Amino acid sequence: MSNAAYKEMWEKLDLDVPAHDALLEVLGKFYGDIYMSQQGRLQGAEYLDFVLSEVHGLRIKEIQDAKAQGRKVVGSFCVFVPEELTLAADAVHVGLCAGADAGKEAAERIVPRNTCALIKSFVGFKLAKICPFTESCDMIVGETTCDGKKKAYEAFGEYVNMYVMEVPQCKNASDRDLFKSEILRYKAELETLTGKTIGVEELKRGIGIVNAKRKALQRLTALRAADPAPISGRDALLINQISFYDDPVRFTAKINELCDEIEKRIATGEGVAPKGTPRLMLAGCPMAVPNWKLPYVIESAGAVIVGEESCIGTRNTRDLVDEEAVAKATTMDELVDALTDRYMRIDCACFTPNDERLDNVTALARDVKAQGVIHYSLLFCQPYAHETFKVDKALAAAGVPMLAIETDYGMEDVEQLKTRVQAFIETLE
Amino acid sequence: MGGERSAGIDIGSRSIELVLLEDGEMVVSRRLPTTFDPLRQCRTLLSGQRISRMAATGYGRELAAGLAGELGLPVTVERITEIKAHALGAYARFPQARTVLDIGGQDTKAIALSGGGKALKFEMNDRCAAGTGKFLEYTAGVFQIPVEEFGNYALEGDEAPVINSMCTVFAETEATSLMARGVKPQNIALGLHDAIVKRTVNMLNRVGLAFPLVFAGGVANNPCVRELLAKALSAAPGEELLTPPDPDMNGALGAALWAARQD
Ligand code: SF4
Ligand code: SF4
Repeated sequence: MSNAAYKEMWEKLDLDVPAHDALLEVLGKFYGDIYMSQQGRLQGAEYLDFVLSEVHGLRIKEIQDAKAQGRKVVGSFCVFVPEELTLAADAVHVGLCAGADAGKEAAERIVPRNTCALIKSFVGFKLAKICPFTESCDMIVGETTCDGKKKAYEAFGEYVNMYVMEVPQCKNASDRDLFKSEILRYKAELETLTGKTIGVEELKRGIGIVNAKRKALQRLTALRAADPAPISGRDALLINQISFYDDPVRFTAKINELCDEIEKRIATGEGVAPKGTPRLMLAGCPMAVPNWKLPYVIESAGAVIVGEESCIGTRNTRDLVDEEAVAKATTMDELVDALTDRYMRIDCACFTPNDERLDNVTALARDVKAQGVIHYSLLFCQPYAHETFKVDKALAAAGVPMLAIETDYGMEDVEQLKTRVQAFIETLE
Repeated sequence: MGGERSAGIDIGSRSIELVLLEDGEMVVSRRLPTTFDPLRQCRTLLSGQRISRMAATGYGRELAAGLAGELGLPVTVERITEIKAHALGAYARFPQARTVLDIGGQDTKAIALSGGGKALKFEMNDRCAAGTGKFLEYTAGVFQIPVEEFGNYALEGDEAPVINSMCTVFAETEATSLMARGVKPQNIALGLHDAIVKRTVNMLNRVGLAFPLVFAGGVANNPCVRELLAKALSAAPGEELLTPPDPDMNGALGAALWAARQD
């Protein structure tokens, strides 16, 4: 990464350049240890390496260029914020979920200590001025999911142009109505922000782009059912992470190319780990860049991860906006209905009840042929910690063993995690 | 020359144990404190021993990888987790065992066993030494009593005050304030033991406790913990609650048994 060339841009974005340099250094080293050390990676992984090495460079430059052409940039923290609409308004949509401990002390000045690491991280990134994506945003969209985020947005809103969507807690007809009205309110907000009108054609285009992206990711998920596993869990997670900030059209093309390569690999019986390597699936909280700790621990313990049931994984990619309904639609109302239906299917632990998640976890474990599931919840995340018990029960009923891990971004528990994960793998042998 | 000799080494955070098996018989059983130079301690334990197979377990198991080469032993060191080692060790001693409890220097594990001595499910305490050997060692220090005698001392108590905190540091604070209130020190000691047992019972229940339960690890030497545990579980000692004669060697024994299985 040629940092010097980007320095001016970072200064213009008012980043704390020395602190940002330190972050990039840690990120680079972490990436080297966890990613570049892998054997038998796909050629298509070069794209991943490139995007990651340029995550704060070229991609930010592209975003600045888009801004110079009058396009707006919208950031979000949750898969409930419909990217389709953002794209329909010709704005850039970036996922801001943050996966590093940086800025923690600063964050703890405005959110309680017992807040999950994800929230502390996005707050910390802003306060420490080290995230060029956050600094590029014209508007940041929050949502009323968990209490931690809801309240953190109030504090965060003092520093950024914040807009909050209301996500319901249940899935009754009235909740659907509420979310539909929230989608319409977000549409109006985008129109005000961008000065553009979102018409049927624009929204169809937005839906088309995002559906194509989700389809590419679905294709990847399906290919991972092969034994030997054709791609490491770390690389697959990285792909899901990159899907939140790279240009969606380029991303889709690249991931489809990568899937072509994977198909060839499967045909020749090649894999990243020998046939018979223990296959594990992750389920639970999202893992944002560069939170690769647990996947690294798991794959260094001799297992391979074959699926991620999380928002940076299948919770984001499993459902498409109904293509038939979209093709037939002639009015905005019909399109918004199709969007609403798709988003109301998200099985986030913030809902009650949320039994469809139990079915989805067991179905994914079966589809990707996982021998065991590691349920991951971030320390202080109430919704997923609660669901740990239910998921354990549902998986046990389906004959799939589960290990529950609760951790955060710190490194001090790596040795304990290794022992637990290795012991779990031993029980599967 | 005797038969095949299998070594199991358990590199824990407080102590290191070595067990050598020859034709299934335990011929060596030794332990040393871990210190700040665990590798040196391993070398001391292993030097001069004739070994045909070897397996390492415990927190420091990865350390042992290079050890064989360094000591000129013609073996590759297998590595297994403490969970597996304890399951194997307990099963070898008590084939009827269904649950294993290991309270070691710095962690506690509860393991549910399948019929064949395989670990099915386990729980470990996370991140801190609450309710482990270290906790007893530390609190015994507050009473200025050697940890080996702490259990018998606590058994002199007749009424255990409730100690709410499981954190080593806070438990000390609680114990000191109880002392200041004039509570009999033996009773406070009993309360501290009781606190460990309560926590342990919760962990055992989470893995689905089934009897017989094998109690291993250094803390199994403590008569007060054994007695309170039997009481809390209403388990008959010697039948439902089993303690091997050398409970701290259970992990090393399991590793040695694993080594013996390799070709
Ligand atoms: S877990 Fe729930 S709140 Fe978090 S990103 Fe996913 S949908 Fe949103
Ligand atoms: S991980 Fe849990 S606590 Fe953190 S933001 Fe997501 S739902 Fe909220």
